Amino acid sequence: MSAPEVFQLSVGPLTGVAFSPDRSQVAVCANTNEAQIYARNGDSWELQHTLAEHDKLITAISWAPQTNRIVTCSQDRNAYVWTPTETGWKPALVLLRINRAATCVKWSPKEDKFAVGSGARTIAVCSFDEENNWWVSKHIKKPLRSTVLSIDWHPNNVLLAAGAADAKAYVFSAFIKGVDSKPEPTVFSPSGDVLAFVAHDSSLNVVYPSGPGAPPAAYISVKLPSLPFVNLTFTSESQLIAAGHDCQPIVFSGDQSGWAQSHSLDDPTSSSSRPLTPHATGSRVPSGGVGRLGNNEAFNMFKAADSKGQRSGSSAPGGGSSASSGLTPVGTDGLLLTVHQNSITLVEAYEWSSNGDVSKISTAGKDGRLVLWPVTAKAGGLAGKFGALQV
Amino acid sequence: MSNTLRPYLNAVRATLTASLTLENFSSQVVERHNKPEVEAHTSPEVLLHPLVVSRNESERVLIEPSVNSIRISIAIKQADEIEKILCHKFTRFMMMRAEGFVILRRKPLPGYDISFLITNFHSESMLKHKLVDFIIQFMEDVDKEISEMKLSLNARARIVAESYLSTFA
Repeated sequence: MSAPEVFQLSVGPLTGVAFSPDRSQVAVCANTNEAQIYARNGDSWELQHTLAEHDKLITAISWAPQTNRIVTCSQDRNAYVWTPTETGWKPALVLLRINRAATCVKWSPKEDKFAVGSGARTIAVCSFDEENNWWVSKHIKKPLRSTVLSIDWHPNNVLLAAGAADAKAYVFSAFIKGVDSKPEPTVFSPSGDVLAFVAHDSSLNVVYPSGPGAPPAAYISVKLPSLPFVNLTFTSESQLIAAGHDCQPIVFSGDQSGWAQSHSLDDPTSSSSRPLTPHATGSRVPSGGVGRLGNNEAFNMFKAADSKGQRSGSSAPGGGSSASSGLTPVGTDGLLLTVHQNSITLVEAYEWSSNGDVSKISTAGKDGRLVLWPVTAKAGGLAGKFGALQV
Repeated sequence: MSNTLRPYLNAVRATLTASLTLENFSSQVVERHNKPEVEAHTSPEVLLHPLVVSRNESERVLIEPSVNSIRISIAIKQADEIEKILCHKFTRFMMMRAEGFVILRRKPLPGYDISFLITNFHSESMLKHKLVDFIIQFMEDVDKEISEMKLSLNARARIVAESYLSTFA
């Protein structure tokens, strides 16, 4: 198993990350009002351009893979479309007509439109106006009652999914005449037949729609004992990767009959020796629980069931994954044992294998790290589990 | 450490870890502002359920989570008048220097002795588990500090009384 590639691009959080179509460049925002474009140079990234037009924090960046344009949106209520020229990147104005912060942005699959979610309880679907040479927007307002936190496009270029802070996920039609020829983060699967979203109650929800106006064919909600996820991406029709406040990307697999946690891409090796409860403040004597019961297996099982809602045996369906504890282990140096040191906020597909499945993903988080993970299979079933067991 | 303190602190630690899941969230009420929602109280949908962890009637912790900030209010044990005065002086001393403590609130919530406000900006610039450690360490030490002050106050009172009365001996 090859190791993930880790790049520390800033000290503070990375609020937006987007790779160029050929993966040789990356546009990031290091929690400021400027986006920076880095070019890959061997094992490091070199700063090439700075996109400075916004005057408040940039919240999201999206890079169109075919037309090679970047769109950025910011808390200053604006968005800009950047086109590459000989002299650098040229911004184009977008008439968003929103009066609160823009929170998320995404190019449509055909790249003739993009959608901007905002704190003004609207989604602006923008298209290019040839006459005036600017981008105009059409608003989706109706059922939204709160800030839009995430958006994603259906591969057919018309349907748009959104997760909002009013604890609902929506699917809209973003049809614009003449052009068409997330609760929290929402993502469509590669074929567009499945919608998945994660919520702040540490759940992963997968929906299989049936037809217009009909109830979905299947709605699967997986409740997890870990901290909530923030973002997710599909790697194939039957596999997705979610990451969030637990600081490690977790692989889920399943189909219409059910989804389950498979394994973590960043399983700290010492997971077997790690306590499942939060670390006690005092030094814990092995037998020093409650009286002499502290060492009793049955007692501990009921204690875990009582305090964390965990049933032993079926606690981690994938078996022995460390994410089931809801607490990332801390090393002796005071740092977390995971690669990311703070919450992961962005998960995106980075590289595809020949059969169309995602072979590499990129994650970025509040610790300023950009990590490229090879999507690994579950560590060899039983043998792998025994290998990790320290006897 | 006494037998009931550890489960109490562990419960607070687990709750804090779970509620420190913050993100940058600009205000949806005021343009171009970014306020801690737990203080602003303007959008009810982004506030989560507040939770009280209580050891006994005088010692408890109120944790109020929201999308971009959490507020932690601590009621410190006060068994008698002296402890009440010492606790008031001690927390007042800290809160007057609140900016030095970064996450300390200048005023406690009514019914509590000291309050902390952690926003997403704090959780971005500091390690999350260290923030939790700091709160737990504070809760452990404040009891110790106050009982130590009480002991030295009593000892001092005894010495003063002795030296005063010795003139009449």
